[in-house]
Amino acid sequence: MNSSVIVFPGSNCDRDIAVALEKLQFQNKMIWHKDSSLPKSDLIVIPGGFSYGDYLRSGAIAGKSNILNEVVKAANEGCLVLGICNGFQILTETGLLKGVLLRNKNLKFLGKDVNVKTINTENKFCNKYKKNQILKLNIAHNEGNYFTSKEHLKELEDKNLIPFKYCDEEGNINEESNPNGSLNNIAGIFNEKKNILGLMPHPERMVDKVVSNDDGINLFTSLLD
Amino acid sequence: MKITNTVVEKHGLKLEEYSKIKELLGREPNLLELGVFSAMWNEHCSYKSSRIHLKNLPTSGKQVIQGPGENAGVIDIGDDDAIIFKIESHNHPSYIEPYQGAATGVGGILRDVFTMGARPIALLNSIHFGSPDHPKTKSLLNGVVSGIGGYGNCIGIPTVAGEIKFNSSYNENILVNAMAVGHAKKDKIFYSKAKGLNKSVVYVGSKTGRDGIHGASMASAEFDENSEDKKPTVQVGDPFTEKLLMEACLELMKDNSIISIQDMGAAGLTSSSVEMASKGDLGMELNLDKVPCREENMTPYEMMLSESQERMLLILEDEKEKDARKIFEKWDLDFVVIGKTTNTNNLTLKFEGKIAGEIPIDALTTKAPIYDRKWIKKKLPERKTQIKDLKKIKLEDALLKILSSANQSNKSWVTDQFDQMVMTDTVQKSGSDASIIRIHKKKKAIAVSVDSSANYCKAHPLTGGKQIVCENWRNLISVGAKPIAITNCLNFGNPENSKIMGEFAECLLGIKKACEFLDYPVVSGNVSLYNGTNKKNIYPTPVIGGVGLIQNIDNRINQYLKKDGNIILQIGKNFGQLSQSVFLDEIYSIIDGPPPEINLSNEKNNGLSVLKLINDKLVSSVHDVSSGGLLVALAEMTFKSSYGIKIDRPKNLSNLMEHYFSEDQGRYLIEVKPDNLSKINNTLNENNIFNEIVGIVQKDYFEVTGELKIKINELCKANNTWYNNY
Repeated sequence: MNSSVIVFPGSNCDRDIAVALEKLQFQNKMIWHKDSSLPKSDLIVIPGGFSYGDYLRSGAIAGKSNILNEVVKAANEGCLVLGICNGFQILTETGLLKGVLLRNKNLKFLGKDVNVKTINTENKFCNKYKKNQILKLNIAHNEGNYFTSKEHLKELEDKNLIPFKYCDEEGNINEESNPNGSLNNIAGIFNEKKNILGLMPHPERMVDKVVSNDDGINLFTSLLD
Repeated sequence: MKITNTVVEKHGLKLEEYSKIKELLGREPNLLELGVFSAMWNEHCSYKSSRIHLKNLPTSGKQVIQGPGENAGVIDIGDDDAIIFKIESHNHPSYIEPYQGAATGVGGILRDVFTMGARPIALLNSIHFGSPDHPKTKSLLNGVVSGIGGYGNCIGIPTVAGEIKFNSSYNENILVNAMAVGHAKKDKIFYSKAKGLNKSVVYVGSKTGRDGIHGASMASAEFDENSEDKKPTVQVGDPFTEKLLMEACLELMKDNSIISIQDMGAAGLTSSSVEMASKGDLGMELNLDKVPCREENMTPYEMMLSESQERMLLILEDEKEKDARKIFEKWDLDFVVIGKTTNTNNLTLKFEGKIAGEIPIDALTTKAPIYDRKWIKKKLPERKTQIKDLKKIKLEDALLKILSSANQSNKSWVTDQFDQMVMTDTVQKSGSDASIIRIHKKKKAIAVSVDSSANYCKAHPLTGGKQIVCENWRNLISVGAKPIAITNCLNFGNPENSKIMGEFAECLLGIKKACEFLDYPVVSGNVSLYNGTNKKNIYPTPVIGGVGLIQNIDNRINQYLKKDGNIILQIGKNFGQLSQSVFLDEIYSIIDGPPPEINLSNEKNNGLSVLKLINDKLVSSVHDVSSGGLLVALAEMTFKSSYGIKIDRPKNLSNLMEHYFSEDQGRYLIEVKPDNLSKINNTLNENNIFNEIVGIVQKDYFEVTGELKIKINELCKANNTWYNNY
């Protein structure tokens, strides 16, 4: 499977995702933000980091860059797109995903392992996970507090467009197990066609037991089928 | 402007130093030249009070590639891998403007490391605040922690370890020390020594603004009640630009374009140009009209003294300029030839077609003043407090009070604000004896730790100096690493006071003795003097940052208990020494007597034997016994594990508290499977290591027979409350 990782000035998880993709047998290319064309890809990844320093709203400038036009085009044609952390923020800035990511509720950067529950596994990204599986994933963000309109939130729930929610060790989804104040404990969402996934936790950090665990592997291997 | 005595003093120079300047120049300097002298001759850049003591430190060894004197130290970790690291202080700026002060401290130390060709792989910090009750402490803590995180998180280097301490001696002068560790190929290390005549001197990175002018001079003076007015001398950090600068430099370093490279840190363009020329025994001519400026009408004086961040000076091979320019343009960074190397041995500053200033390089460097300041020895203090005279306290109450105190409590409120995992090679995060970073795509790893013991150093600087080196060494051993070398950040008060200078001299002597004995050389470091306000000095606080090697990552170990039924052995002897202990301080507010004694021979023997047991895979967990003593160390082994310990109360104890809270040195706790006990005993007996069984791992409860029984989650809760309630 061919993957492309978009690199912006200030991206800093680009190497990590490339290492994970290559380890899991993707043929990966790094695409510099000034490039005007994308190679043929089955998967496009927008990695985490602080694109353009995030001195404006997170992801705002990257969302207006040249290469993003190509990403939007490919996404609309059905290409799989994964935005992690800053990548999720960028996807909401382009409109590929609805909603916004606000400052964390405690107004501090949060870098820690959290529990995440798989809610919907009937999609290309999550089919190797079991439903209601509890994963331990790492988060590292200032703005991960997902917010959207009441109507869109209802749509997300009704159409099963929320693959991951924050939970506690027993799987309880409640305010105590919500690290950043995200609506309905949302850790990640799909677009309606479920070919675009944005999520705040970093699955690429969970593919090696020496460093952490392998809870992130299935997200990538699901795509290989 | 006429140079009057007031002008001289405002530049932080003494009048006799000004006379020496005139003598060296053979004339009066102009204001620009005076500014350059003040930048180079201040304590921060010239090490004028510390140099004669620093030169006694052991700085070489089999694995040392580069010792002190370059941007950072370099060690050999086998194959073609080198580790480049250094620690530096940003104390004064962080007190005035905590967020930016701390952030630029991180930015500065990162530049020191990637300037030499290393990709940074870890950040550490040692931060000291005043008493938690002091009205400024809370906001300083918040600002510093978010500043450290803000910079490291954005640039994408994991902040993996550190220490946070509170003590009223830092009420008006906090300490913020940042350490960076990078990885390079042994044959791709870059130095600051200029070579060759008429080579282009290139300015890259951010533009120059008026921020940070006289920063290094500020860092070389005591604070007074007007220190807040110094806010404009604090630099502002831009981690995004630094990320671009780092990537551009590392990209350029892939081939052989760079002859010499130096970051513009303290004293900016002045120190970087002088440093390069001085090491290369050359002159340098700078055309200041070419310097990229952020603000209008900047004068040569401002350009030379600005400490704007994220800037570098390069000397390139002639034919490589075009390719190098392309790389910096790709990253949207300035790339301007601002001068050339010359054979005059002068720093020549041109502006608007005229020579604005000209100073012999050696007048700024080798001929700068060096002081052998008066210092006095400190006697070993006598122990005044006798434990039997103190009001009795229950063991359980004492333990819980210590675990929930500001200095001993869990620091996750702080470390959760740092990205510890980016780069995905962090094998052991902070909160353990040392953190572990894997060398990318390899089987080996390094262990890193920063440590200080200001209380011990205050009580007896010589012993304290030895102790911190030993503790740092012990921390690396405890995760299975062979300690290789250290960097040190020497935070002290006013060196013009002979007592303070004595603290400095004796701590350094202690560091020297321990480093020599443990074969643990110093490869880089930084000195920060004049830490104090209105004649009130901080505790002497040398901070040691150590790096060790784990040859095979599978041999790493941590401090968390693994299985019920396992036996806990204490390695090293407990003498019941309580003076200067956390116990006396936290429970009775008593700080007196000598610090625990250091026996270097036992320290080395115990440490190397524990390391052997780890490498022979005979132990399940290891933890060193440090501040708080035996019972606190045992409690810490239960955190992040689902096990507790049943601890035997020895029968003939003269005093329970001395036994459980003494801080005698050179001790480790090891968890061993009962099957391995005889093999372990053999190794320990062969090496004459004192050891005793202190307890057995059990489920759920932390227990001292007949004295206390606490659920482990209660213990953990006590340890986790302080920051959340602050």
